[in-house]
Amino acid sequence: MKAAVIRFPGSNCDQDCHYALQRVFGVPTDYVWHKESSLKGYDLVVLPGGFSYGDYLRCGAIARFSPIMKAVVDYAENGGLLIGICNGFQVLTESRLLPGALVRNRDLHFICEHRFLRVGACDNPFLNQAKPGQVLNIPIAHGEGNYTADEATLEELNANRQILVRYCDAQGVVSEAANPNGSLNNIAGICNAKRNVFGLMPHPERACEARLGSEDGNVIFQSILNHLGVRAVA
Amino acid sequence: MNTTAVSLPPDPEITPAVIAKHGITPDEYALIQKILGRKPNFTELGIFSVMWSEHCSYKNSKPELKKFPTTGPTVLVKAGEENAGVIDVGDGWAIAFKMESHNHPSAIEPFQGAATGVGGIIRDIFTMGARPVFNLNSLRFGSITGDSASAKTNRRLFSGVVAGIAHYGNCIGIPTIGGEVYFDDSYEGNPLVNVLCLGVLKHEEIARGAAKGIGNPVFYVGAETGRDGLAGAAFASRELTEESKQDRPAVQVGDPFKEKLLLEACLELLTTDAVAGIQDMGAAGLTCSTCETASRGNTGVEIDLEKVPKREVGMTPYEIMLSESQERMLIIVEKGKEDIVRRIFEKWDLPYAEVGTVKDDGMMRVKVGEVTVAEIPARQLADEAPIYHRETQAKPAPAPLCEIPKTDVSLALGKLLADPSIASKEWVYRQYDHMVRDGTMVLPGSDAAVFIVREANKILASTSDCNAIYCLLDPREGARLAVAEAARNLACSGAIPLAVTDNLNFGNPHKPENFWQLRECVEGIAEGCAAFNTPVTGGNVSLYNENPAGAIDPTPTIAMVGIIKDESHVTTSSFKNAGDTVILLGELGDEMGGSHYLKVLFGRKEGIPPRINFERERALHNTLRGLIGRGLLASAHDCAEGGLAVTLAESCFCGTQTIGAEIDFGTTGLAPEVLLFNESQTRVVVSAKPEDAEAVLVFAHEKGIPARRIGTVGGAQLGLKADGAETRWNVADLQSTWRGSIAACMA
Repeated sequence: MKAAVIRFPGSNCDQDCHYALQRVFGVPTDYVWHKESSLKGYDLVVLPGGFSYGDYLRCGAIARFSPIMKAVVDYAENGGLLIGICNGFQVLTESRLLPGALVRNRDLHFICEHRFLRVGACDNPFLNQAKPGQVLNIPIAHGEGNYTADEATLEELNANRQILVRYCDAQGVVSEAANPNGSLNNIAGICNAKRNVFGLMPHPERACEARLGSEDGNVIFQSILNHLGVRAVA
Repeated sequence: MNTTAVSLPPDPEITPAVIAKHGITPDEYALIQKILGRKPNFTELGIFSVMWSEHCSYKNSKPELKKFPTTGPTVLVKAGEENAGVIDVGDGWAIAFKMESHNHPSAIEPFQGAATGVGGIIRDIFTMGARPVFNLNSLRFGSITGDSASAKTNRRLFSGVVAGIAHYGNCIGIPTIGGEVYFDDSYEGNPLVNVLCLGVLKHEEIARGAAKGIGNPVFYVGAETGRDGLAGAAFASRELTEESKQDRPAVQVGDPFKEKLLLEACLELLTTDAVAGIQDMGAAGLTCSTCETASRGNTGVEIDLEKVPKREVGMTPYEIMLSESQERMLIIVEKGKEDIVRRIFEKWDLPYAEVGTVKDDGMMRVKVGEVTVAEIPARQLADEAPIYHRETQAKPAPAPLCEIPKTDVSLALGKLLADPSIASKEWVYRQYDHMVRDGTMVLPGSDAAVFIVREANKILASTSDCNAIYCLLDPREGARLAVAEAARNLACSGAIPLAVTDNLNFGNPHKPENFWQLRECVEGIAEGCAAFNTPVTGGNVSLYNENPAGAIDPTPTIAMVGIIKDESHVTTSSFKNAGDTVILLGELGDEMGGSHYLKVLFGRKEGIPPRINFERERALHNTLRGLIGRGLLASAHDCAEGGLAVTLAESCFCGTQTIGAEIDFGTTGLAPEVLLFNESQTRVVVSAKPEDAEAVLVFAHEKGIPARRIGTVGGAQLGLKADGAETRWNVADLQSTWRGSIAACMA
């Protein structure tokens, strides 16, 4: 298998994602520059975190018009596995590959800290190695991670089991107190109806090694490898 | 590029008033005339005024800075040689790091002032060819508690500075992993914003800021030049006054996105063989970068301002040369390799322009088309500013305390933990991305930040320290204590100190008392750095830190970097397991002078600060590393502000978790407040598995370090027993006081 990490001007978690895939999981991984126009030959595409185009105008709003995004949309529409982390999630909602929007955190501050996530549905390529209700410790780092959507969208997300992770406490209880940024229904990550596009605000690539405080991000990468029929090395 | 010809207004006439407004003394003006062999024109006067400001020339502090130890077997690039010092960390890898201040800009415009401080120090690091891997900062503000107008102003400055640092560091993707924040009335109106950046590189990747190779083209890359930050270096080199708000145009505006592109483009370019020299445009912008590269290269540089990318038309040569617009670099390109530069900067969508040539005549020559608008010998401008030996006037030695005021020690601990200088800085570091780059092994809040640089497979520890109360009372001892505390924090984390960068924050050097403080502190740092074998590899001097009420407390911030040899040596300050034995390494102590107990509870900054014995301190650090290396310690926390009680309470906190401890000091003969809150040095509270406790004591005693069992970890309470009396606290309550204090002030 081969993975691509898209590099927008202002991406800053590109090297971390590359490291997690290539060094931790042994997946051959390329950087793909935003001015490229093809994603041929990739089994996984990652839109990394950062501040694409400085996040000017709106987070992810300019990246959406990057030349590579046409290829990303085609790739996703053809069923390719696509994951957007943090700023990557924002790019996904801006490109309408995922519904809803990510707005300013409730208390207006950027927040960086470890957070607990409760796994929702597992019948998808991104969490098939996790158990429903499992609690993951994965850090967040964002100023605009407050997920919002209209009621109809929320209903649809729930009905289709598209809400993959929600903010919770250490015991797995999803509560207002465990909601760091004001996200609707504590939503931390969702997938599309076809289950091949996953966007999440927390950073699984920052939780791949015990020495950094948590290995709970591994389950996401292991699930992807499992889905693609690749034996994980980690 | 915008080269529209517009007629510029004629230069103002150079009158004594104009000269004085540029901060140039009559003697300096005479020297300028001697160097040029004629009168300077207005542009040249502006150029001299910024290059000969304290900020660029260190004209007041240079003779003092020479006292620092700057050499050692690991020093690859020495202090003052380039934009930042470089230290060998083994296996062909090196680190470049430096601390710099942005105090005055932050006083006037906290968000942009702090943000551009971060941007500037990051440029200093990648200019060296190093990839920046983490940032630290050391901040000081007036009091943020209460409803007074000044407290509100201080809160605005504090939140603006933190937001500015977050804005820049988060966007550019360099984690801000540690630092310190203190609050004291002496910083009222003149906050201190000292920022550090550390980068890694291979030995052979060290880049130089010299204009080498006669005939080589000079490229300008990065953001366009605008009218922002005009003469910021000169602004930073005078006192803040009521009128300083009018200097807001002297504060630059930062664009971290542009700097991220510039950083990536420059590092990509440095992997090619196209670069003969590279220098960032920081303080004094185009002026500083051209004359310094020429001076270092023993060459001259000629530039044409018509070719400089500009944000607006109609800028005068004076404005272009003195602009401190951010995110700009000067690159000397190997002739014939210009296309490599063009290709890379076009890839990153960054402006670039060939603006000049390296010459053999030693001159910095500035032209507008065919017209020469400034012509100054580069070396004299860059390196031969007049040096001043300022007068000193010793302050009287502090009087010893005649009595120690008593108080309810149970309430006192809560008050100390709630004091914003001691309280958790979570409100601050939560706003910084402190995890990007996947290397943060110890989260902010422990004794030192610990970061694994995965490309080099090196674990670095870094801390910044300075107790300015000690420095106010006894500048020399205070500076020695700051170095010792930094080294102790590293030892507690399992690290061996490598080197130091310092930021000397003082008042107006023309006042003999202030200059005496500077001299004493410099000598104290020099003694400390010699004792811990940590050369000073660079730093920054920020003078004129005054407000209408007077000078700040002398604040020589010490940032120390160390290396941890093995992942298993990484040690943190919090207790780990119920049942572990708590051991005090060092004496019980009794020195109350300059303590936070006196300051926080009684508003007194008095007495003789604690004394330091470097030999004992070094022995303690070696013992700590020995214990850690043998795997005997579960935690180690140094004893600093607030004394043993605060140290023990903090050891009970671990992130959102807590664990209690039962401590019994036995018979001490000390008054309770002295036992719990004295700030004697050379003390560390450690914990160990009960089966290892004896081995810890034996090892420490063998090394001549006093060591005693003082208790056991466990439960939900902190109990402190001594001389037949006992005080108990609920640890969760103490933690919520400590964690919530700053957030409550800022709500």
